[in-house]
Amino acid sequence: MVGPAVIQPSATAPKVEVRDLTIRYGQKIALQDVSLDIRENEIFGIIGPANSGKTSFVRALNRMDLFTPGMRVDGTIRFDGRDIDRWRNVYALRRRIGVVFPLPVGLPMTIYDNVALAPRLSGIRKRAVLDEIVERCLQRAALWDEVKDRLDSLGSLLSGGQQQRLTIARALSQDPDLLLLDEFSIAVDPVTTMRIEDVLKVLKEEITIVLVTNLVQQARRLADRTAFFLMGEMVEVADTEDLFTRKTSDERTQAYVEGRFG
Amino acid sequence: MFEATELNIRNHRVERLWGLLFLLMTVLLILPVVVILGVLVYKGGPIISVDFLFTEPKDGMTGGGIFPALVGTIWLVAVALLASVPVGVAAALYLSEYAPDNWLTRIINLAIINLAGVPSIVHALFGVGAFVLFFQFGTSILAASLTLAIMTLPVVIVATRESLQAVPQAFREACWNMGASRWQTIRHVVLPNSISGILTGVILEVSRTAGETAPIMFTGAAFFLPFLPQSVFDQTMAMSLHLFVISTQVPGVPEAMPYGVALVLIGMVLAMNAVSIGFRMYLRGKKKW
Amino acid sequence: MGGVSAIIFIIGIFIFITKEGLPFLLGRFEIAEFFTSPRWRPTSEHNPTYGALALIAGTASVTGLAMLIAVPFSLGAAIYIGEFATGRTREILKVLVELLAAIPSVVWGFIGLSIMNPLIIKLFNVPVGLNVLNAGFILGLMAAPIMTTIAEDALKAVPDTYREAAEALGATRWQVILRVVIPASKNGLVAAVLLGVGRGFGETMAVLMASGHSINLPTSIFDSVRALTATIAAELGETAVGSDHYRALFTLGIFLFLITFIINLTADLVVRGIRKK
Repeated sequence: MVGPAVIQPSATAPKVEVRDLTIRYGQKIALQDVSLDIRENEIFGIIGPANSGKTSFVRALNRMDLFTPGMRVDGTIRFDGRDIDRWRNVYALRRRIGVVFPLPVGLPMTIYDNVALAPRLSGIRKRAVLDEIVERCLQRAALWDEVKDRLDSLGSLLSGGQQQRLTIARALSQDPDLLLLDEFSIAVDPVTTMRIEDVLKVLKEEITIVLVTNLVQQARRLADRTAFFLMGEMVEVADTEDLFTRKTSDERTQAYVEGRFG
Repeated sequence: MFEATELNIRNHRVERLWGLLFLLMTVLLILPVVVILGVLVYKGGPIISVDFLFTEPKDGMTGGGIFPALVGTIWLVAVALLASVPVGVAAALYLSEYAPDNWLTRIINLAIINLAGVPSIVHALFGVGAFVLFFQFGTSILAASLTLAIMTLPVVIVATRESLQAVPQAFREACWNMGASRWQTIRHVVLPNSISGILTGVILEVSRTAGETAPIMFTGAAFFLPFLPQSVFDQTMAMSLHLFVISTQVPGVPEAMPYGVALVLIGMVLAMNAVSIGFRMYLRGKKKW
Repeated sequence: MGGVSAIIFIIGIFIFITKEGLPFLLGRFEIAEFFTSPRWRPTSEHNPTYGALALIAGTASVTGLAMLIAVPFSLGAAIYIGEFATGRTREILKVLVELLAAIPSVVWGFIGLSIMNPLIIKLFNVPVGLNVLNAGFILGLMAAPIMTTIAEDALKAVPDTYREAAEALGATRWQVILRVVIPASKNGLVAAVLLGVGRGFGETMAVLMASGHSINLPTSIFDSVRALTATIAAELGETAVGSDHYRALFTLGIFLFLITFIINLTADLVVRGIRKK
């Protein structure tokens, strides 16, 4: 079970500390008593079958519970040492966390405006500064080359793979320290997925990444450490290689990883 | 094997008959519009001229034109819009984007539906009691327009709300996730993408408001005024009331005149409806997502 | 900000009631007389009476006739547009119905006066053409578009899977409609009729201009009658603010408000019944 063994003291303070997190939707318990740390500049993977609470976990980090009716979050989540419950300005918190969901969302405005939206909301007005941000984020999202000549076409009319990269660009435009990706590759073709994975590998030098995925191999490729969630419970967390090569304690993890269920 | 049996043939014939019957019913329903327009054009057409539109009634309203009535209707509609659109849009925004799903919201929705069903003469009574008497605006454009505004409000609210709800929730969540507040999301994403729907509803409402008679009869519209209104506190003539007056209250009116007035009024109304419908179709082609 | 306007709004509807309550200092009027006496003679010198029965009968007869005419046609049209017509035709028909709905009531009233009146006189050989028939026919045409639209929505709400299941059994289109679609949508159809009735009760100008001016209980559709709404419109201008007559008219207004409120509420509840499925 989850215990102190999982929470290893590390050199620097963890980016995110989760203690006794329990998430409910009405009466239904989606996630129970989860405690873990997410370290800075790592890619933290979360795997597990459907309905295990992985998405709920992500939503709680971003305080999406505040606009999800019926969702109740108990326990503590600390971001950069501060309890997010007590964070005075939820918007400021959300701005530091970028989120990418399975369904690509291109907002019905120009590609430029899509990426410029977050900076504008933060008060940046100067055209030159916005230009630079837009280019930089689209570059990092591996979308720049494809759209640089049509930045004023509608973001909502791009292809699924492009929209997903646009979503990533938007998330990056917030200049976040933490990037949460929830099964980002579901609606995206394999080639684009690969390109995004390459992007993530580079990004991790600068920001912390939480990668929720049901593609077990994706976690293996990308994550430094991985957690296994099963039916609302966090079974264990370990270094990815250990998790995948039978050096860890729990049987259920092995069964899942080897495809015996899922 | 698959030759039509006796039953099949009969069924088929019955089916076609029913289809024809319903088609007939539909046509009969719509035919009146065509016939009415036809008669109006035939009998009222001759009197329409630039003169007719731009001069005042003369000779105890048996001659001259309809200019002050036209101007009056424009005044009334404009002020009514000014009053109802901001309030209606704000209320719809509140109901769609902010309101929690509780009993208060449900009551508000009920109130809206009922307000929409109130008879026009009852609106008129309300207008008299509230605006003319209680607020002491007297019989004026202001009182009449406000009465019209209250009539129009439910439709503006419903049209706005539908436009707002046509914007997918995913867009809102994407913005909220980026740290945008509800208002920022509305300003940058929701509203810009619902304006066109709102506009369509508003145009429709304009056409309805222009044709209303009862609500303005006792609150600000007059049978005949020798001058044009100078401010919202003046009374005014109006197209709809004018039609009523010259077809029921004035003797000796040349036959073509009321037809002409009816024609202009119905022309205005149908034109605005056509614009609204056309706009709607245009929008449907310009899908943004 | 937005919340405030919503509140202004509820207050609006309550003010409605109270404003007319203002004249509800009508305490001295007996309910019995109001509802059972057909003698509406507010301007009588010696003995003004306020029996509204004739007026209620006027409204009821005109609306009744209107419904008799409109309901079958609206339903038929809704069925045609919803189940038989396709693509372009459907669009055009829907637009035409919308345009029918857009015609202002005063124009309808004018039509009743100028076209229907002589027509009725000639066709049926009666002395007066402003009567229940005239107003009822026109009201039918006015209420029809709303009923058609709502009925159409109700029919559309029936899932295609029902239709497909019936067709798979070999039913013809008409049989599918009669035995599957209509029963499944009857809530919405009832609501459509109710809304049409509500519209009929509340219609003012057209009825005022087309139904004639005699206040009496109608014995045939060729009798002239006066409806509640028309009475208010016709007499309000001649009353002194605060007089008994004035207050009586407001009372008629309250009565109308309550009736249409109940009708609309019922229709809404019926529609809500569909949504729950």
